[in-house]
Amino acid sequence: MAEYTLKVRRYQPEAGEGPYWEEFNVELEPSLSVLDGLLQAKDRDDGSLSVRCSCRAAICGSCGMKINGQSGLGCKTQIGEAHEAANRRNGGGNPIVVEPMGNMPVIKDLITDMESTHWEKIRRITPWLLPHGDPPEREYIVEPESMIDITQSMACIQCGACVSSCLSMEADPEFVGPAALAKAYRFVGDPRDAETKERLHDLAEDPHGIYDCTHCFSCVDACPKGVAPMDQIMRLRRRAGQEGIGDPNSGHHHELAFVKIIEKKGTLDEAELPAESFAFGVKGKLMPSKRAIKELLGSVPTVLRAIKVRKVKARQFIPGLHHKLPGGAQDDVKAIYAHAQAHREEFNIYIKGEEGTEPEPDEKEAA
Amino acid sequence: MAGQRAALAAAEQGVSVGLLSKVHPVRSHSNAAQGGINAALNPEDSWESHAFDTVKGSDYLGDQDAIAVMCREAPEEILHLEHLGVTFHRNEEGKLGTRAFGGASAARTYYVADITGQAIMHVLYEQLMKHADSVARYEEWFCTALAMDEQGECCGVVTRNIADGSMELFRAKAVILASGGNGQVWKPTTNALICTGDGISMAYRVGAKLMDMEMIQYHPTTLAGKGFLITEGARGEGAHLLNAKGERFMERYAPNKMELASRDVVSRAEQTEIDEGRGFPDGTVELDITVVPKKRIHEALREIVLVGKDFAGVDITKEPIRIKPGNHYTMGGIKTDVDGRTDIPGLYAAGEVACVSVHGGNRLGANSLLDTLIFGRRSGVDAAARAKQIDGSQPSKEVLDAEQAKIDAIGAREKGSGRRVSEIKLELGMTMDKHVAVFRSEAGIQEALDIVRRLKTEAESAYIDDRGSVFNQDMLGAIELGYMLDNAECTCVSALERKESRGAQYRTDFPERNDEEWLKHIDLQLADDGPEISYSEVTITQWEPEERKY
Repeated sequence: MAEYTLKVRRYQPEAGEGPYWEEFNVELEPSLSVLDGLLQAKDRDDGSLSVRCSCRAAICGSCGMKINGQSGLGCKTQIGEAHEAANRRNGGGNPIVVEPMGNMPVIKDLITDMESTHWEKIRRITPWLLPHGDPPEREYIVEPESMIDITQSMACIQCGACVSSCLSMEADPEFVGPAALAKAYRFVGDPRDAETKERLHDLAEDPHGIYDCTHCFSCVDACPKGVAPMDQIMRLRRRAGQEGIGDPNSGHHHELAFVKIIEKKGTLDEAELPAESFAFGVKGKLMPSKRAIKELLGSVPTVLRAIKVRKVKARQFIPGLHHKLPGGAQDDVKAIYAHAQAHREEFNIYIKGEEGTEPEPDEKEAA
Repeated sequence: MAGQRAALAAAEQGVSVGLLSKVHPVRSHSNAAQGGINAALNPEDSWESHAFDTVKGSDYLGDQDAIAVMCREAPEEILHLEHLGVTFHRNEEGKLGTRAFGGASAARTYYVADITGQAIMHVLYEQLMKHADSVARYEEWFCTALAMDEQGECCGVVTRNIADGSMELFRAKAVILASGGNGQVWKPTTNALICTGDGISMAYRVGAKLMDMEMIQYHPTTLAGKGFLITEGARGEGAHLLNAKGERFMERYAPNKMELASRDVVSRAEQTEIDEGRGFPDGTVELDITVVPKKRIHEALREIVLVGKDFAGVDITKEPIRIKPGNHYTMGGIKTDVDGRTDIPGLYAAGEVACVSVHGGNRLGANSLLDTLIFGRRSGVDAAARAKQIDGSQPSKEVLDAEQAKIDAIGAREKGSGRRVSEIKLELGMTMDKHVAVFRSEAGIQEALDIVRRLKTEAESAYIDDRGSVFNQDMLGAIELGYMLDNAECTCVSALERKESRGAQYRTDFPERNDEEWLKHIDLQLADDGPEISYSEVTITQWEPEERKY
């Protein structure tokens, strides 16, 4: 047994007061969870302390909350570890800070309004299978790997931790968001779904859709089930690119431009980036589209501002005069790219395990 | 899950449906069904074989007509789910693939990694979102009582909207209870905090018959302490059970099926090892999953990798994990027929809350999801037919006023006037786990019953802290405590009555199965001073009771 202090951000809507902080002292094994701590406080000290919870085993998705600022599940965060994290963050002797999830209105204490935020967005993506025609007499015959592939997004328990942590949503509340987009991949990646193209068009052309993600990894950190919503969003982008679907902010070609330039030079030549992003390939440069010209002209003020604040030097805007890496580093980078291209694989926890390591060849399997 | 399936089936019949749930539907406890769902879908398999395994698993207490219905309709249900979008595991040919499970004579368990229940339930919720026009959802509404008309038919429910505390009376031509089991009556349990036996108690209070209430399953592989479930799929994939001496002790108890004997058999074997000093000092034995190929663990048992890591600090791919039998499933419940009808017209029950009975004395792994889906669907269809036929009565407002008065009275109890609700819950859970568990005796059950009856009195003055209307979970906890105590009392009375050992009921004072006297169901009905006992016959069609060996 050890003693812990939980500092809870409380809000009692009927008290006529704003949110306030309250500390609870609890006593339990370090291997028990922050939720166990909260329930002990509720059982012993104050039954009005409110938190949604049910399974206690990270499968029902009820107890999304922020612990020491990090979004996750109360039942899956060990209280001993949360205590250490609080000390690392704020210095020794500090309480574990527990708050309701972010990006959602708070109803009472740790209970948030998920309906108007999370579920509204889930419904936005047409969250049901749209197969073509009548079902077959038996099951649909599909590649076994395709089912394992989408099982990763199927593992989502709709807890909202990713939504809570999403920085893009903080800036743009209308962003469809990590949970709903991960759910979208569950259909886009499903060979039984007949509306893949329509779904991709819809989500790519929506200004709050797949290109609204800023790649910050917060949702990957927050997700208690290894769904890695950002990875699912990247898969949607790749699929949209493969389908030749343009996106409103040229994000897909911008990404390709990055890869192409670094692959070729071993470092980023920023001078080539705008042209390659907006007027891609030889054809794009010989006959730039109206949109490309508009985008290129539109980027001029950004470039001038960057030079003015000395973020870059003017000479770096001449192709080839980019910053050089010391020694053979650029060749090393090229080698990494070559290796990555040769071993192009998706990361999927159902195939590689939590650590992402490929399972070692098993003696039993060989036998 | 039974509720979602019933709602979809009823809506398909063109009637107006409302779905009430005290938690958001995807938070329901069917999530926890990890391993899979049984069906004889394979051409080499047969529904008769599935049915026989279920009958034998039930220790011949299951009703064979009901079991036949479930097993015959299983393949079609699996295909229906597949067509709706469940991401079932495929074999190399891209067809539905199976895994082995306990008590089964063929590999007939269909699965999605080890999140089968979650995957199916989320797909059913997708369908509810799709059919939002025909099914109105009341998410986070709590039922406090059933409304009855003057003819003794069920005509609605009294509810509390958790978001604002307002009480509302719903009128319904048919009410289907799909509120799950009563695992929270025991501590520890694999069951979620919401599994407080609400439906069983509500039905009992309006005079519905309960059946087989003594049959409470202890699952062989739960984590010590917290009671978390380790799926039977682990043993299905080949994991071993070892005692502290490293012996694969199931050799002595079930030489043929070993770890895949039925759950009551494996749980008793483990408890015997522990009681006779061959377990670990913390009252456990070991489950060794390291014998399963690592690639297969990642693909098929990922949830267990997470549970081991997060809740026991064990990497199951590298070392054995300590487990013990733990409270898991309510085989008994509200007595129904194969269409979910209880003996009260207008009142239906489906899923764990009900007792059809397909599980009898012991449920086979991967038959619970099947039960919820088959009888959920059948209830929905039958309830819709009833709704189309009758005009239905208007429930009297009196029942609403009475419920409001009860709630006001709980809220008005002074702090310190009695015990805390949480204290009573804890004492109840510890008592039941001590006396009404794997091994039972008259003295122990009687002691438990005495305590339960004392707690019932204490609950009448137990106080709560929260006096508000918005999300008053404290109030819900007090109401749930009442439900739990009804469940506990019925289980004790029934367990005391059955003077034999069958399925999950093992009486140390009556260690043999006694078909002559006890091949019958124990039914309970509310009388003035508690549950009144009667008996009903077990339906036997083609499988005569025989000795049960694995």
